[in-house]
Amino acid sequence: METNRRAGRILPAPEAPAPTGRSGGRRSFLRNALALGGGAAAAALSGRASAADGDPLILKPQPHATALGQPVAALGYGQPSKWEKNLQRRESPGLTRVPQSSVAFAPLQGMFGIITPNGLHFERHHQGWWDLDPSRHRLMVMGMVKQSRVYTMDDLMRLPSVSRIHFIECGANTGMEWSNVAVPTVQYSHGMLSCCEFTGVKLSTLLDECGYDRKKARFVLAEGADGSGLTRTISIEQALDDVIVAWGMNGEMLRPENGYPLRLVVPGVQGVSWVKWLRRIEVGDKHWDTREEVLHYIDLMPDGLHRQYTQIQEAKSVITTPSGGQMLLDKGFYNVSGLAWSGRGRIRRVDVSVDGGRNWRTARLEGPVLAKALTRFNIDWVWDGSPAVLQSRAIDETGYVQPKISQLRAVRGTRSIYHNNMIQSWKVAESGEVSNVQVG
Amino acid sequence: MSRSASLSHAPAALLLAALLCASAGAVAQGKYPGIGRPATPAEVKAWDTDVRSDFTGLPKGSGSAKKGEEVWDAKCASCHGTFAESNEVFPPIVGGTTAEDIKNGRVAGLAKSNEGRTTLMKLSRISTLWDYIHRSMPWTAPRSLSVEETYAVTAYILALGRIVPEDFVLSDANMAEVQARLPNRNGTTTAHGLWTVKGRPDVKNTACMKDCPTEAKVMSQLPAHARDAHGNIAEQNRVVGPVRGAVTVRAAAGAAAPVATAAPAASADRIMAEKNGCLACHGVDNKIVGPGFKEIAARYKDAGGSEAKLAAKIKAGGAGTWGAIPMPPHPGMKDEDINSLVKWILGGAR
Ligand code: HEC
Ligand code: HEC
Repeated sequence: METNRRAGRILPAPEAPAPTGRSGGRRSFLRNALALGGGAAAAALSGRASAADGDPLILKPQPHATALGQPVAALGYGQPSKWEKNLQRRESPGLTRVPQSSVAFAPLQGMFGIITPNGLHFERHHQGWWDLDPSRHRLMVMGMVKQSRVYTMDDLMRLPSVSRIHFIECGANTGMEWSNVAVPTVQYSHGMLSCCEFTGVKLSTLLDECGYDRKKARFVLAEGADGSGLTRTISIEQALDDVIVAWGMNGEMLRPENGYPLRLVVPGVQGVSWVKWLRRIEVGDKHWDTREEVLHYIDLMPDGLHRQYTQIQEAKSVITTPSGGQMLLDKGFYNVSGLAWSGRGRIRRVDVSVDGGRNWRTARLEGPVLAKALTRFNIDWVWDGSPAVLQSRAIDETGYVQPKISQLRAVRGTRSIYHNNMIQSWKVAESGEVSNVQVG
Repeated sequence: MSRSASLSHAPAALLLAALLCASAGAVAQGKYPGIGRPATPAEVKAWDTDVRSDFTGLPKGSGSAKKGEEVWDAKCASCHGTFAESNEVFPPIVGGTTAEDIKNGRVAGLAKSNEGRTTLMKLSRISTLWDYIHRSMPWTAPRSLSVEETYAVTAYILALGRIVPEDFVLSDANMAEVQARLPNRNGTTTAHGLWTVKGRPDVKNTACMKDCPTEAKVMSQLPAHARDAHGNIAEQNRVVGPVRGAVTVRAAAGAAAPVATAAPAASADRIMAEKNGCLACHGVDNKIVGPGFKEIAARYKDAGGSEAKLAAKIKAGGAGTWGAIPMPPHPGMKDEDINSLVKWILGGAR
């Protein structure tokens, strides 16, 4: 904000004011802007000209327009603008006890379109992450195959590859909200969700190469190379359908936190099956019943039974702008924007309500609308300053309609942790503050 | 075939190459010649350690609960507690199961709400516990337990849960018997639509568009005390755009407690104050950069002629009355608007 300070300021900057106790209020963000850059920033924000004849940002030549900028390749690997530092992956305090077995949530509240930038992809590890040497990584395909085979990264990357855009969502995403509102923002309520273009070889290619047993094979087991040696069972139908053994992520290699150099991509299925640091695929005829299929990723029903082998992420959507913890700038026009996705295919339609679900309007779907990928939706809204409750409701190509929390609870109770795809409600108060609520 | 590997790991690669030449003749010619190679039996053995619930893959061997206690105390108790009851690094492993549960194969506690869920309460397959401990524990040194230690420490956990006696020796031969005693062995169901893409959903909503049945009543919201539990949301949102993050953490010592935002309908004056940026520096109740509007009202309550003075101050800006920080001038504002704002402020800024 050097710029503003020199050119736009009309008074010595107030000392960066310490945020005071009063929270909320539509002005708190301006207070922050002041902390960042002085009065002119506030002026710029509120869109008013601070001088009689106009906005100094326009009237006065700015340093960046009157001097020389930075050279090329000043950063060999580009970074986001310094102004974007607020958008970070974050842990939810108290959710987990040790940071190597924890979650970092993606900041959905500040993201556009459907692609998750690699540095903001959510993280979930069980025993810490590693940055593996790709020249020393091996993938073994074995079990009910004619010939067990070993592949290096060189081998895999020579094979015919596909590039597909898919969402990945943790089965426990929104899990904290089963019985009541527990977290303030969409980052923590829905941020175990990302969507990237993945590049790799289809698992079916490898299974064919190894001569999997077409008569007896029913399942495959995928195993990671890290200390947790995470294992998950996948059905052979899925394995042969759209599962990818991937090394690419949004045009570059996978990030270490996301399994560099090799991970499984299991479209439509909860994230735990997307085994990272993938080192082994075993073909078999029975469920393995691994730890992540027996002790976790099982959904507790009210009668005390656990649903086992739940994995499909049913249709879900959430409004990301505006969303919990945000303040609307003012009354007037807003582009309400959000994400919709379904593990069963394409999104057909998204409806939006601003009155807590009484009346709905159909939103615009932005292309591309892809199977098992995030779909961005937008809808116009003029906020008149009165309280509102915003909701979005996704419908996928099977005709399935995203349920209300009350409908989910009626069947599954409140303790199942996993697969909460409820309609999310954001309350807009007269102050412009948006908060996480559940309505009935 | 490990060409790149041979650059940096020549000896290992040579060895491997020798091994592979032997089997190369046997390689079925796939669709992609030159890609991949057969795995050696030793390689398969090294990685194929998984134990399935039908006990496929379970290595021969045994271990006593007694020996398991030693292993536990030395290698597990620091994180999981002496009785596997600790909640420090992970939820408890032992607890919440009864003799009745062992009989029924259903853990009754799972049907009660608010009951914590231990590992033994959920465990429906004994192979899972064995496989997981063998593959992943101790957490900081996975794959360091021998087969005997794994049997032993698994036996010890089961003994702590009173599923087997204290002098029990667990082995590949009696795993199935232990399976038949697991308190939650009958505790799972696959009657749901979430395994296959074509599965049938269990919850049905309809796409009602108009006058839909809803109470539209808030049933749950974040309690005020949890407002700052996730840090300052203002610092978790972009500095430009249609929204900002709400300030949820107070940094100033002695600042007032957060106030629930139940703002009354915005008056025209309030909107004008907002539009002119006054509320960036003035709270209604509290000081931000400048004094709270109610503080200003209280100060000038009984002073005559203050309206004109304050209007002039807003127009020209200035410092000194409330502190050293100046208020900027507002030369662009109409006099009548300033006067209206002053009246509104002195009236309590409602
Ligand atoms: C340094 C701490 C530490 C030590 C030592 C340790 N564990 Fe663990 N253990 C953990 C953590 C953390 C987890 C959860 C890992 C995760 O989230 O995936 C865990 C998980 C487990 C689980 C799975 C519980 C469940 O319900 O999923 C078992 C069983 C277990 N440990 C047994 C053992 C045994 C047996 C030992 C000793 C041989 C041991 N642990 C040593 C930290 C430790
Ligand atoms: C950049 C921050 C800032 C903005 C914007 C701002 N003020 Fe102030 N205001 C202050 C400060 C600081 C003081 C205390 C000045 C002093 O100590 O004399 C103050 C003082 C006042 C006072 C009391 C003056 C006195 O002498 O007691 C009034 C009334 C007031 N402001 C109204 C307004 C109104 C109306 C607006 C919008 C048109 C506004 N302020 C905009 C910072 C601001």
